[in-house]
Amino acid sequence: MGKRGRNLHRDIILKFNFDSVRFMEYFFELLLGGLTRGSIYALIALGYTMVYGIIELINFAHGEIYMIGAFTALIVASLLTIYGFHGVSILILASVAAVIYSSAYGFTIEKIAYKPLRRAPRLSPLISAIGMSIFLQNYVRLAQTSDFLPFPSLIPEFGFMRDYEHIFSSAELVIFIAAALIMAMLTFLVKLTRMGMAMRASAQDRKMAMLSGVDVDRVISVTFITGSALAAVGGVLIASHIGQINFSIGFIAGIKAFTAAVLGGIGSIPGAVLGGFFLGWAESFATGYVSSDYEDVFAFALLVLILIFKPEGLIGRSKANKV
Amino acid sequence: MLELIDVEAHYGNIRALKGVNISLSEGEIVTLIGANGAGKTTTLMAVSGIVPASAGEILFMGKPIHELTPDRIASLGISQVPEGRHIFQRMSVMENLHMGAFTRRDRKEIKRDLEYVFELFPVLTERRHQQGGTLSGGEQQMLAISRALMARPKLLLLDEPSLGLAPKIVKQIFEIIRKINREHNTTVFIVEQNANLALQTADRGYVMENGSVVLSDECSKLISNDKVREAYLGI
Repeated sequence: MGKRGRNLHRDIILKFNFDSVRFMEYFFELLLGGLTRGSIYALIALGYTMVYGIIELINFAHGEIYMIGAFTALIVASLLTIYGFHGVSILILASVAAVIYSSAYGFTIEKIAYKPLRRAPRLSPLISAIGMSIFLQNYVRLAQTSDFLPFPSLIPEFGFMRDYEHIFSSAELVIFIAAALIMAMLTFLVKLTRMGMAMRASAQDRKMAMLSGVDVDRVISVTFITGSALAAVGGVLIASHIGQINFSIGFIAGIKAFTAAVLGGIGSIPGAVLGGFFLGWAESFATGYVSSDYEDVFAFALLVLILIFKPEGLIGRSKANKV
Repeated sequence: MLELIDVEAHYGNIRALKGVNISLSEGEIVTLIGANGAGKTTTLMAVSGIVPASAGEILFMGKPIHELTPDRIASLGISQVPEGRHIFQRMSVMENLHMGAFTRRDRKEIKRDLEYVFELFPVLTERRHQQGGTLSGGEQQMLAISRALMARPKLLLLDEPSLGLAPKIVKQIFEIIRKINREHNTTVFIVEQNANLALQTADRGYVMENGSVVLSDECSKLISNDKVREAYLGI
């Protein structure tokens, strides 16, 4: 890959004048940057969409799960550094710890904040979710700090990426590959395993799933655990890439990922992935070609437009179909 | 095999079942007829554990089941084909059938049962990779019954199997219900509004009104009962 890539690079320089090379490089930088951003959005959006698919609840505390994942990784990484661990081993151990800890949080939140409200009007669990989100943010602020904490860059720089580092960094490559692998695993889980079949059945027709012998409470727990694990991985990867975290990072990331889920069509797993990439690219190109001041404006303008013109999302099903 | 003793059930403050007593013996076909809103569907849902019984007892093979969750009740061998069929719309016919066998682990036997239901309803064989939601009403009913059979039930609960289907298909489905009962000694409990058909198919019948059983007898006697003739057979 290295040599051929470099030759190709030289060819491009020979063929085009300097400006068009710069233009293309910049375009690819934005494209790949959007891809990285999008894969993180997709990882978090999957948690929203899976939970919505099964219990029709927007889990507003999901962003906080992501934030808790990042904090867990920071604490574990700091400890491991003291004990003399290095680079990749820290990344892997910290991610595993973050996944376990965040999953435990996701599982517990469902049991105490949503399960008792399952027969209540739909607004009740929604309010409970917002309360949970505020509670968790403030809990972390009090237990940790309200300052931004530096997060070690756990992702190593690869030698073979050296020539492309200005367009696509090693960290971005790792983020993209990790996200793609995790999404492939999730697809396998949902499409081909017994638990995945139970999840799909519960999402499509909960009463019939129960009549078929599915323990729906267990399916819901597994859904929360899976979604939380994905968010935790997203948290670790992005924190390591950006280099700092605080108690409120979950809020904005959560809302963006929610936007991605709605963009793709909430309740649809491929929709969440597509919506994540779509949002990532929209933000990346808008900030690159217009202004970075408007990054969030573009994201939420997109959300408003989708809600007005295509409320079922890019590949979502219309409500009428659900009956 | 199945016994409901003074079963009550509530939806909020509304008492939908007011002390229902029903009993089924092994290998019987029993029907429950009555007007809309009499509590027939609620009775089935109470047996399956979806609507919890607020008073009384439900015994299956001598053991109380009214405090179990629906998935535990299903795994004891009680399968229900609910009203409106409830096909998993975005799953293929094959996946729907596998959902029926969800509580089972014996792969070889599951495969044999798949062949059996495809034999019962050959039309499903052609549709096997199609999404459940794309099937016609009759095909969906066949799939719903097949799915219930995939659990190898000891007790099969059917809620309005004739609803919305063409007479020819209704006849075919009732013939197959009798066949299943004959070949596997499966106990069948049918809730029907089409009283005529139900009374011709079943061995015994119960008549329900306003949440209680008002009459029960052999079907041959119910058919000639004046009250039943007037209220449910329209003769």
